[in-house]
Amino acid sequence: MSLRPLRPMRTKFGAGLLAGVTVFALAACTSNESGNDDEDLGGGTSAAEQGSNDESGDTVVIGFSAPAADHGWMGSITESARNVAEQYDDIDLRVAEGTNDVNLQISQVETFINDKVDAIVLLPFDGAAMTPVALKAMEAGIPVINVDREFDDPNAARVTVLGDNYGMGVSAGAYVCSQVGDNPDAVVAEIAGIDSLPLTQDRSQGFEDALSECGLDVDNRVAADFTVEGGEEAAANLLQAAPQIDALWNHDDDQGVGVLAAIENAGRDEFIMVGGAGSRNAMDAIKADDSVLKATVIYPSTQAADGVKLARLLVQEKAMSDLVEVEVPRMVQLYAPVVTADNVDQFIDTAFAS
Amino acid sequence: MTESTARVERAALETTRTDNPVLAVLRTSVGRNLGLVVALLLLCVVGAATAGDRFASMDNVLTILRLAATIGVVSIGMTFVITGGGIDLSVGAILALASVWCTTVATQDLANDLHWMVMVGAALAVGAGCGLVNGLLIAYGGVVPFIATLAMLASARGLAEIISDRKTQIVDVPGFQDFFAREILGVPFIVILFVLVAAAGWVLLNRTTFGRRTLAVGGNPEAARLAGINVKRHTVYLYVLLGLCCGVAALMIISRTTTGSSTHGGLYELDAIAAVVIGGTLLSGGRGTIVGTVLGVLIFTTLTNVFTLNNRSISEQSLLKGAIIVAAVLLQQRLASRNTT
Repeated sequence: MSLRPLRPMRTKFGAGLLAGVTVFALAACTSNESGNDDEDLGGGTSAAEQGSNDESGDTVVIGFSAPAADHGWMGSITESARNVAEQYDDIDLRVAEGTNDVNLQISQVETFINDKVDAIVLLPFDGAAMTPVALKAMEAGIPVINVDREFDDPNAARVTVLGDNYGMGVSAGAYVCSQVGDNPDAVVAEIAGIDSLPLTQDRSQGFEDALSECGLDVDNRVAADFTVEGGEEAAANLLQAAPQIDALWNHDDDQGVGVLAAIENAGRDEFIMVGGAGSRNAMDAIKADDSVLKATVIYPSTQAADGVKLARLLVQEKAMSDLVEVEVPRMVQLYAPVVTADNVDQFIDTAFAS
Repeated sequence: MTESTARVERAALETTRTDNPVLAVLRTSVGRNLGLVVALLLLCVVGAATAGDRFASMDNVLTILRLAATIGVVSIGMTFVITGGGIDLSVGAILALASVWCTTVATQDLANDLHWMVMVGAALAVGAGCGLVNGLLIAYGGVVPFIATLAMLASARGLAEIISDRKTQIVDVPGFQDFFAREILGVPFIVILFVLVAAAGWVLLNRTTFGRRTLAVGGNPEAARLAGINVKRHTVYLYVLLGLCCGVAALMIISRTTTGSSTHGGLYELDAIAAVVIGGTLLSGGRGTIVGTVLGVLIFTTLTNVFTLNNRSISEQSLLKGAIIVAAVLLQQRLASRNTT
């Protein structure tokens, strides 16, 4: 009996094609300097120049729905969306608070449709399960901005904002190469997230591909589950199995708290560690430079905030002003930059608290 | 001496209770439901006052009913189990397993080759099967319902994850989708299905021998056994019935999302038990009300809707939900203590 899901291939191809055409490296999605404590995500209607995209326009009502904030990254998704909405006096953001029950999330979107909001920004708990209701919204003339977890029908969203899981692996692998690539016998270890998820497989594939560029491969690999406890357990096992490591990539900074605890307990410090996602405490540790953690690869938690900004542009019939195109692109894929002690100040203000 | 004093005191207490006109009205079954209707109306007034036409539109009412349908069907089944003196913590997990099992490639291929009813059969069979296991463990294995269904909660979701490999399974059976996603006179089919299940549940509980036996088994199993009821067999029937309801709910959620997934139905056991309890069904068994359960479900889903419309957080809503449950149970105890004295 075959138990594979039904139409992943077709979707993947379509998505890949689109991604190929419209990949934008929105490096860390904030080009502004933000020295203040409040996260400044690049809004600011009052200070906007005449004729710029930030100039106040007609009020845009945006419905927003995301899964429950059960880990730091997801919490930051909603928080940064709210923050960016507050910076514009022409955005009326209606946040239906996080739920991991698709039945409830569908009903939230139905409420937005009944309300005839101008646009919907949706990070689905499950992309495929939310596709029918997103199609319904699009049919009702409400543009849907799909964030992070893709629908299985390209017609269900006007714009899709995605992170780059494969790119995370590539960035992490390239950084490891730059650090230990001189030694052809270097031992590289990997602590993955939930192994059965496509995103984990993409990350691992990117890591493997980038490592092979400098003749390295993954010698020890374990999988955890994105939680602190799981990270601790997996790392403890890994350290036991590998008495000597040169470089370690941990996919996720939330589980990284546990990974670092296990490393501390084992008293190991002979290797460099690279994190993933880009949490505040990981960046603090990189900045302080007092642990094995030397770098992390960003998976932006501000992508829903970008979704809100794009929704505003879309409804106000503006374009992304740095591009020639007169319409907002179909898909925006975010870049996965490596954060080290050298450039940590540039990213630390958009990091999420885990 | 002390015994007679106690008796006098109790009698006095009872008199004061009967004298309280509000409690006296609430004690009758019509009165209890009236209380719930008033609570629901109050919620609607709050909704209409804070959200105006956005709340009081036909579209919004249908949104509430679509949300209520899935959890409502589960709650109807739960009413029977709780009335029969049991409890089932595994409903969400059974729903997930049924949704996964009936959307595997193999089942869908079969459905496309033969008829989409194959999927309906699969979901109902999985639900009933899980219910049967629960029932047998509890009635004949002597396992406490709480523990038996806790075990089912863990293993059914685990099996669902194994079968689906934790992936979401997309449904591509046109006949199935056409049947369940259609609207009849502007009313979504799943809402009609909910009404049908509720009506069937009401008849079954109030107008049949099966219903009277359920009340007897829940109220006093020993007396029921002496009266010639096969208590063990009846208990099994109750869990199978709830399993079937979970199968129906799984079909509803499949049609709503076009997917089967091991994550469907998370925490539905708590929502269902809460709805049943505030509806007026006694957690200790022996008394149950389908009308109350339906009202309970509607109260919670309307609450969710009003909060969403007003842009309020889920956390505040959970807090209020907890308060409603406590208030309902406290009231219920005041009313029920009369029956036990």
